[in-house]
Amino acid sequence: MDSPPIVISASPHVHSERTSKKIMYDVVIALVPAFLVSLYVFGFNALITTSIAIISCLLFEYLIQKYLMKTEVTITDGSALLTGLLLAFNVPAGLPIWMIIVGSLVAIGIAKLSFGGLGFNVFNPALVGRVFLLVCFPVQMTLWPMAVVNNTTIADAVSGATTLGIIKEGLQFGGTMTELSAKLPSSVDMLLGITGGSLGEMSAIALLLGGLYLMIRKVISWHIPVTVLLTMAIMTGIFWSIDPEHYANPLIHLLSGGAILGAFFMATDMVTSPMTKKGMVIFAIGIGAITVIIRLYGAYPEGISFAILIMNAFVPLINSYFKPRRFGSKIKAKIM
Amino acid sequence: MLKTFSKGGIHPPENKLTSTKKIKRLAPPKVVYVPIAQHIGIPAEIIVDRKDKVEIGQVIAKSGGFVSSNIHSPVAGTVTKLDMVIDSSGYKKQCIVIRTDVKNETNFQEVDYPLKKEIDLEPAEIVKRISDFGIVGLGGATFPSHVKLNIKEDKKMDCLIINGVECEPYLTADHRLMLEKGEEIIVGIKILMKALHVHKAVIGIEDNKHDAVELFKRLTADEKEIQVAALQVKYPQGGEKQLISAILGREVPKNGLPMDVGVVVNNVGTIFAIYEAIQHNKPLIERVVTVTGKKLDNPSNFWVKIGTPIKDLIEEVGGMPEGTRKIINGGPMMGKAIKNTDVPVTKGTSGILIVDEDEACRGEVKNCIRCGECVNVCPMGLEPHLLMNLSEKGMYEKAAQEDIMTCIECGSCSYVCPSNRPLLDYIRFGKNITKNLASSKN
Repeated sequence: MDSPPIVISASPHVHSERTSKKIMYDVVIALVPAFLVSLYVFGFNALITTSIAIISCLLFEYLIQKYLMKTEVTITDGSALLTGLLLAFNVPAGLPIWMIIVGSLVAIGIAKLSFGGLGFNVFNPALVGRVFLLVCFPVQMTLWPMAVVNNTTIADAVSGATTLGIIKEGLQFGGTMTELSAKLPSSVDMLLGITGGSLGEMSAIALLLGGLYLMIRKVISWHIPVTVLLTMAIMTGIFWSIDPEHYANPLIHLLSGGAILGAFFMATDMVTSPMTKKGMVIFAIGIGAITVIIRLYGAYPEGISFAILIMNAFVPLINSYFKPRRFGSKIKAKIM
Repeated sequence: MLKTFSKGGIHPPENKLTSTKKIKRLAPPKVVYVPIAQHIGIPAEIIVDRKDKVEIGQVIAKSGGFVSSNIHSPVAGTVTKLDMVIDSSGYKKQCIVIRTDVKNETNFQEVDYPLKKEIDLEPAEIVKRISDFGIVGLGGATFPSHVKLNIKEDKKMDCLIINGVECEPYLTADHRLMLEKGEEIIVGIKILMKALHVHKAVIGIEDNKHDAVELFKRLTADEKEIQVAALQVKYPQGGEKQLISAILGREVPKNGLPMDVGVVVNNVGTIFAIYEAIQHNKPLIERVVTVTGKKLDNPSNFWVKIGTPIKDLIEEVGGMPEGTRKIINGGPMMGKAIKNTDVPVTKGTSGILIVDEDEACRGEVKNCIRCGECVNVCPMGLEPHLLMNLSEKGMYEKAAQEDIMTCIECGSCSYVCPSNRPLLDYIRFGKNITKNLASSKN
């Protein structure tokens, strides 16, 4: 026989084109439109913040894997790059560089590698990094930079506070929605991304475009994002219809505070979300509900980061309770 | 919307290179190697000896029990050896080696019988003939066919399903047989309906074989009791349980059999073998084999005598191409890789696939990223990632609770895994140990 040996292996002998690397890079591609919007809105700061986050995530992964864990270095699999990108999307553009580096260290070192690396982490690494920064440096983490272009619409806003920040503060001081509405950006601006907020949560349209791409590429299914947003819309809708003067309408809630970024890109992280469709729906309802509760009654105006992390903790439980229906376990007695 | 099965499934590239190639009859090989264990169940018992002269179609090994099958001589010739020969499992198995008598004309007779429509035999005789003539399931499982036809008293059958799905990529043996022997297959269906006392039969064909769907619709236009179901293209629709789900919407209960939902499923190849056995007294001594691969000069479909060494078939399609890295007995999803081309064709060989470097090697195994795709595609509603973990860690009892034994080994999980994890390898391993544990307990 010919020189190369004949391979013996068990079936199947063919494999789909799908690889984890391709999945990771698909998510990166899906984030590009939102990144372009943030470049337009925040200019150079967005580029700096994003680059620092990505470079430090890759570097920490390399250093920790090579010198601390002494395992194979996996920085080319795209997951550390994605963590860096998502971390940058979740902090204000222009955050001090050392803070970004600390956030990256927490995300990669604590949230990902200390659990055993890709696939073993319980919590979304980028969100752990973000929440760590938010808890440690609340002032810097809520100092939203002014949009550098077309900021006339939010000229009155308090140094570029977020939509939900304005509402929360306004309502606490006895204002009503009617009074506050003048200070809020219009829905169109929120859709396009001309508003205050963290680097990547700005433009609903750009994020939805990315989300759509992920669904078309079958990287994510509709279950988590749609259920999260629907749960939020229904809950905030109920409050708003009872008392529109003291509760923001569902549209404001959906278009602000990172709801879309969270629903499409953070909650759908494969490693930290349930395996089955049933489980995904339960998980997403939990995220939607906790987010709304935090927004309406909690100390933080946004809340979706906390909601996702809390539900991340329930994923193992959800996986063991919501199993796929076994074929043949429900006998259809449809004998003709 | 075309019908399909209820859960999971994948769409591997079809690569049906030979779907327009007429089935070619090969001259009998010089020597045939006939294994005595070509079917699921008890191996047959050899009843010939060295130097015995045998006629074509003569019984050379007798059924060893109820779940077993007779084996007939595929050629007229002389038994030269009773030997141990490596078969597609990779192990040496007992074989009867027969040298073909080149002077005996029966070896070269034209064997295309005229169509015979009248069914003379009574149901009990039909079942007996199927058993005597060594008919087993030709779809690949090689389950002795008469066993399926012995219906327990308490079960009532209402439908015969004919499996013309051929969902394995590359293979076209059933497709070609349907196109070339359509009328015979219809008669074969009627024979089985008579044996089973059922008044409904459905032929399931995936819609990528549109010509076969059209042909059978035409052939059954006047048949009230036989229907044709065009099905969505989705692997593993040819699995018995998946096919019943696709056509009738019934789910065979967990650990149950098709007869529990009133159905018997037979492959089109089996139906044709039954037709020939009942109408023309021909035992199962040959079958259609697709010999295919992207690098072959002339991939083809052949009528092949059981016992023909695979290397003879590879010679027929232009020889082993340069850079071949894998030889697969069967299709790419469920076939077995073999090392040695001396392995003979058996009743279960539906195809030989020759694969080069690009397709032969598995990718590097990475960490599970918990994407859940294996769960999505599993047609049995299992959690392959979990079963792999449990098998890897030796937690077999837990694996049994998670229904590891219901896995049909279709390989969809390993096919889709983006981290190239050997899911099915571990599940098979776990199944074997679980089975042994269960039998040692009893």
